[in-house]
Amino acid sequence: MPTKEEVFEKVQEALMDALGVDDDEVTPSATMVGDLGAESIDFLDIVFRLEKAFEIEIPRSELFPEDILTNAEYVQDGKVTPEGVAELKKRMPFADLSKFESNPVVQDFGNLLTVNDLCRYVETKVGA
Amino acid sequence: MRWFWIDRFVEFESGRRAVATKNIGLVEEQMDGYGPWLPLMPASLIIEGLAQTGGLLVGEHNAFQERVVLAKIGKASFHRPALAGDTLTYTVVVENIQPDGAICQGTSHIGDELHGEVDLVFAHLDDRFHGVEMFDPADFLRMLRLLRLFEVGRTDGGEPLKIPEHLLRAEQEEYAASD
Repeated sequence: MPTKEEVFEKVQEALMDALGVDDDEVTPSATMVGDLGAESIDFLDIVFRLEKAFEIEIPRSELFPEDILTNAEYVQDGKVTPEGVAELKKRMPFADLSKFESNPVVQDFGNLLTVNDLCRYVETKVGA
Repeated sequence: MRWFWIDRFVEFESGRRAVATKNIGLVEEQMDGYGPWLPLMPASLIIEGLAQTGGLLVGEHNAFQERVVLAKIGKASFHRPALAGDTLTYTVVVENIQPDGAICQGTSHIGDELHGEVDLVFAHLDDRFHGVEMFDPADFLRMLRLLRLFEVGRTDGGEPLKIPEHLLRAEQEEYAASD
């Protein structure tokens, strides 16, 4: 079972390879999109690398719950409803949604995920 | 003329690795048009050759039922120029293959010398692209035959690779329609 430090190191390596960024850029608080410049196709690359590095399977809907964000039941006027936020929290216990919750604009969701969130997600999969 | 940037497969292990060759001829249009003073094979077309090698490797994993597209080049580095008269040997190894697509590592050699290294990400087009056909199946099979994929192809158990039924059927229907 890897330690939290080992998880971070492997996540950092995966992000460096997938995004062409330096190790000092991949800090726990760095956001995937805003700080590291990840685009949608990069997430596919990142998921593949994490699966290989940790020998885990990452269902797409676990890490990126697109189905919630495109569901009219959970989105109104471009914002996620309280029910939608509750569903996101249930689906993404590894992510800190407190900031998003104060102004849950769907468009901003893409820039929510941080390196730390990614590490916490992996930790839940490998039991670190 | 079709967009062939490999000449033939020389090895093909289903779901694992493929090796293809590309002979560079001075007669080819890109050779006297790209670098006027040096008959240089453009790196972009070498990447295309690696993508064709890897794309068919990834596609074969699902009996060519998925629509495979090159989604991203993670990194690409080249250590020397490829010139007219050179034979490039492209090797693509699958790193991870999943329902969404695959990541592969590609290398290009000239003789024993490492010439280039390219990381490739392939994606499977999903339901949003329902109805988008990338190839006519009979024409696609003709292309695979031209590339000699089934002459060298092996399953992961080492058996000769069989042509998928749906491609054979399309080919037979085309023959029947042309009578």
